[in-house]
Amino acid sequence: MPRAAPKMSTRRDDLAGTATLIRFMLRRDRVRIPVWLAALTLGTVATAQSFGDLYPDAAARQAAAQSMNSPAGLAMTGPSHYLQDYNFGSMLSHQMLGFLGVLVGLMSVLLLVRHSRAEEETGRAELVRASIVGRHAHMTAALSVVAGTNILLAVLLTLGLGGLGVEGITWSGSLLYGAAHAMMGLVFAGVAAVTVQITEHSRGAAGLGLAAIGVAYVLRASGDVGNEAISWLSPIGWAQRTYAYVDNRWWPLLLGLALAAVLVVAGFELSTRRDVGSGLRQSRPGKAAASDVLAHPIGLALRLHRGLLIGFGVAMLLLGASYGSIIGDAEEMLGSVDVLNEALAEIGGASIAESFASMVMVVMVIVASIYVVMAALRPRSEETAGRAEPVLATALSRGRWLGGHLVVVLGGAVVMALLLGLGFGLSGASSMGDTGFLWNILGAALAYVPALWFVAGVAVALFGWLPRGAALAWALPVYGFVVGYLGQILQFPGWMNNLSPFGHVPQLPADELTWTPLVVLTLLAAALIVLGLAGFRRRSVEMT
Amino acid sequence: MPEPAELRAGDTAIEVSGLNKSFGATKALDQLDLNVRTGEVHGFLGPNGAGKSTTIRVLLGLLRADSGRATVLGGHPWHDAVALHRRLAYVPGDVNLWPTLTGGEAIDLFARLRGGFDRRRRNELCERFDLDPTKKGRTYSKGNRQKVAIVAALASDVELLILDEPTAGLDPLMETIFAECIREVKGAGRTVLLSSHILAQVEALGDRVSIIRQGHIVESGTLSELRHLTRTSVEAETHRSADGVRDLPGVHNVAVSNGKVHFDVDTEHLDTAVGHLHGLGIRSLVSQPPTLEQLFMRHYGEELAEATNGRGR
Ligand SMILES: Nc1ncnc2c1ncn2[C@@H]1O[C@H](COP(=O)(O)OP(=O)(O)OP(=O)(O)O)[C@@H](O)[C@H]1O
Ligand SMILES: [Mg+2]
Repeated sequence: MPRAAPKMSTRRDDLAGTATLIRFMLRRDRVRIPVWLAALTLGTVATAQSFGDLYPDAAARQAAAQSMNSPAGLAMTGPSHYLQDYNFGSMLSHQMLGFLGVLVGLMSVLLLVRHSRAEEETGRAELVRASIVGRHAHMTAALSVVAGTNILLAVLLTLGLGGLGVEGITWSGSLLYGAAHAMMGLVFAGVAAVTVQITEHSRGAAGLGLAAIGVAYVLRASGDVGNEAISWLSPIGWAQRTYAYVDNRWWPLLLGLALAAVLVVAGFELSTRRDVGSGLRQSRPGKAAASDVLAHPIGLALRLHRGLLIGFGVAMLLLGASYGSIIGDAEEMLGSVDVLNEALAEIGGASIAESFASMVMVVMVIVASIYVVMAALRPRSEETAGRAEPVLATALSRGRWLGGHLVVVLGGAVVMALLLGLGFGLSGASSMGDTGFLWNILGAALAYVPALWFVAGVAVALFGWLPRGAALAWALPVYGFVVGYLGQILQFPGWMNNLSPFGHVPQLPADELTWTPLVVLTLLAAALIVLGLAGFRRRSVEMT
Repeated sequence: MPEPAELRAGDTAIEVSGLNKSFGATKALDQLDLNVRTGEVHGFLGPNGAGKSTTIRVLLGLLRADSGRATVLGGHPWHDAVALHRRLAYVPGDVNLWPTLTGGEAIDLFARLRGGFDRRRRNELCERFDLDPTKKGRTYSKGNRQKVAIVAALASDVELLILDEPTAGLDPLMETIFAECIREVKGAGRTVLLSSHILAQVEALGDRVSIIRQGHIVESGTLSELRHLTRTSVEAETHRSADGVRDLPGVHNVAVSNGKVHFDVDTEHLDTAVGHLHGLGIRSLVSQPPTLEQLFMRHYGEELAEATNGRGR
């Protein structure tokens, strides 16, 4: 154990080589980091600029504030305090900060895992650490790169927004708005600094990090609709409570910085308690022989997908349940709204609870589509890791091998929709005391299954014909998320929604059920899968 | 497959002619010919990047060749892949296991997916190779990962074993056990294609050898045929000056200094050279027997191999 050994190394030695590693990481990410920064900055600036057209006068802004002041509106945006003075600045902060918190968190977690755990997993870190590099150098360098990226993002946002000269988007507000992003990024970098110590696999470390982002988001959503104290448990909630462009409070950022510092220290501390390449949990011996199921292509695929299925399944159940519990708060809110408003809301034939459900369902389904892409790209990672080759050199045909994975992916999509519907429906039904709600929600969730299959189909077709570009399948959840989430808030034009498979699904329970889009999506998914299988049968198995 | 192919399968396990495969600008296989007879252990030697693994992947139907013909056990490696894979087992050069599956599960998985599987033999092999099958894939050392693949291949009841540098990472003791196993396999009349860098291993196990360089087979034949191509190294002391040796056919690298002479001679010209020395009055004579090592090094060494290539075409 390194602790017991006489302490010969100084703190300086622990950090030896950090600068070199930072330069190396920046070189590796010379495309990735600029793309993240450009996408986040330009997306925000473009949104701020579009406000002028969307809400030309004070009356339009007041109408927007009114429409946001519903449970669904607040759950998808931020606290209602912003609505009191709904100028372009407070609109930006209210509508974008929560959403961007998720993206900034994603950026931080993925970058940090990429430079720490993923490096260890491939064994490259061992090579690097065996040269003149201190034992804390790797983590310090990775954290520096991620922190630097977040600070740069804050600067870019400040300059981009402040320089716009849009009324209400002040320089002081923009500075705080940018800094709030950096704070959220730093907190989630800290979270990842801990999760990479816990698990052996980068996939698991990233998964835990993403789960933390999800929890932070859901906490703020339920706090913003109901009891505000809950929002104070979430770093995203802290960022939103700076009330940038409204009150310009700086002190909530201190909470974030303190939490980030604690997490980073914990990460370093944990890292000294484990060996390079291993996790904190030691792996236990397993079965000496395989069960009969394993030798069946579906059994094998199920075994390989097991962790992802269980992890994501639990996440979907919890995500659904937490949105469902917001509905109860929504009802309370309804009680305070006058009878007329309620009647207005019901004119479309849907209750407020139903339209709330339809709105958040899209977002939750897009989270489920992340599972679908991850699972559908599994064959590709088996291939590049060199594990497909020996299996395909047995009497297992390519079609059956890929087919096994596909059965799990397509079945998994159904399971995810069911779990999310079950979580949402059960907790919604109990918080409203209406059992019928459960069945409506289950149906609404299952209506998205063909769209999820379509996503799987695209991934499989890419795998068959353009294996090196298979990751392009991520475009579907990303686009779906931007359109399905931001589009609802910012009212994107209809054609943008039509480009997303999720845009064609009837938004149950608020909408009527129409079968045509579901049948068409299913047929398209089937065609894409057949295409992908054909492509895979005629191409070489490659490891790069 | 039509009957002629079945008939040929009787004496030839693998037949490859004029095989080409390029990866972008890299020409990995260049008019490769290879012939492996049924029941033999065929050594497949060549330096890094020569194209051994590429050839093997084509034979397994994992890679599509650009052009050329390949027949494995009388079938087409791409079109008859599944049927052929029932009759052969493969050990990859770089064994990658699933981090969450144990070694035992991986062995059973490969062996079962192949069809034939003898549990008693599998357990016996695990013991011989001193392999703990309960460990998770991630926790195996390189050598132990290799053993997992070897045990899975040897436990299968198949006609043909295709082994890509199977002993890379094995310790000397395990290498000996591996060699024993290969002799048993050969005794059972099965065919082995053994790719390797290690000449001694191929010399010890192989019946015939093919040497590949830059995607092309530069030598192929039985060990004694190849030895015939090698040179004997001679060191002698003679009464009279041995300068004349330089003019003899098949003599290379002559060095003469104060009554001593050192030279290499093609094995076929050994008789003439020694006869010449005899005429000069031999005081002492040391001759190194021909080793494949020299031949091998000749093909590994850049310039020498260049010359050989020029002559070969
Ligand atoms: N998927 C690929 N893409 C591009 N080039 C490749 C690919 N696979 C192999 N090559 C190239 O083809 C050539 C032959 O490679 P191959 O792996 O067959 O060599 P090898 O004889 O097995 O070498 P080693 O002894 O190192 O295993 C090399 O130049 C290699 O770089
Ligand atoms: Mg190789």
